[in-house]
Amino acid sequence: MDIMSAKMIGAGLASIALIGAGVGIGIIFGNYLAGALRNPGAAQGQFTNLLVGFALCEFTGLLGVVMAFIILFT
Amino acid sequence: MEQFEVTRIGPPLHLFGYDISFTNAALWMCIVAGSAALLLTLGASSRRLVPTRLQSLAEMSYVFVADMIRSASGTDGLKFFPFVFTLFFFVLFANLYGMIPLGLFPPIRPFTVTSHIVVTFALAIFVFLMVIVVGIAKHGFRFFAIFTPNVPVWMLVFMIPIEIISFCSRPISLSVRLFANMMAGHTMLNVFGGFVIGLAAAGGAVSILSVAPLLAITAVSALEFLIAFLQAYVFAILTCIYLNDALHPPHH
Repeated sequence: MDIMSAKMIGAGLASIALIGAGVGIGIIFGNYLAGALRNPGAAQGQFTNLLVGFALCEFTGLLGVVMAFIILFT
Repeated sequence: MEQFEVTRIGPPLHLFGYDISFTNAALWMCIVAGSAALLLTLGASSRRLVPTRLQSLAEMSYVFVADMIRSASGTDGLKFFPFVFTLFFFVLFANLYGMIPLGLFPPIRPFTVTSHIVVTFALAIFVFLMVIVVGIAKHGFRFFAIFTPNVPVWMLVFMIPIEIISFCSRPISLSVRLFANMMAGHTMLNVFGGFVIGLAAAGGAVSILSVAPLLAITAVSALEFLIAFLQAYVFAILTCIYLNDALHPPHH
């Protein structure tokens, strides 16, 4: 296997991190919606926490994307 | 990719062995900062009782950021309102300028300022250092209480290193989040655009298929506008949350 194909496979493997981010973001928004439907009055107060949780969760997936970019373009 | 390239505009300048020439990145930063300042100054200058559209835009953005600071770092966080407001609008305008398809007009080259780690890391490290300086100036040694969570004493042996690592990785996570979002979004649009051109150039019945990636690119562009706003919001709100640590370290 030459180095270029190894790089391609490596970048593909690094993108697997996005599975976790996708699942995590789904859980966060799903649970927020479930909570908001039970108690709509408290939903607005938790919107900041929702976005912060989203941002923290997304970051782990983005690390994988950055790894893939580094592997591909260096 | 061409849209991420930094090129020199004007004469080459050197200072202490560093290349400080004016680049397209610097030009776009000036455009972003200038247009944000112009828009909000125009909006704030009329001061009518029944606001014009521009004035209500400026007032709504003021209230929006003020509410954000008040909810995340308390009323005394409002001292940092100018800083957070500037940061939010700089990041927001930089993200949104990247979404304008200026590449259609060839001599103008579009450039997303925030798709470069240097820019976002400079912003993030400034926030990080400001939090430390404000925290120590306001609370002195008691600021370091943020490293000691409320746990049994024997757990502190494990928790303090973890808290320190998590504190020190804040500028990295703050900057990499913004940079990676912008970079990944624009790369995705670029790849899908490549599909459209490739399929259309294939000729015959196959070129009809190029409508599919074109529709996808339209949907992704709409998503990118959402991401552009959301990332600016997240950047600002995390700044407020970090400032909250500096203003109100835990008591125990």
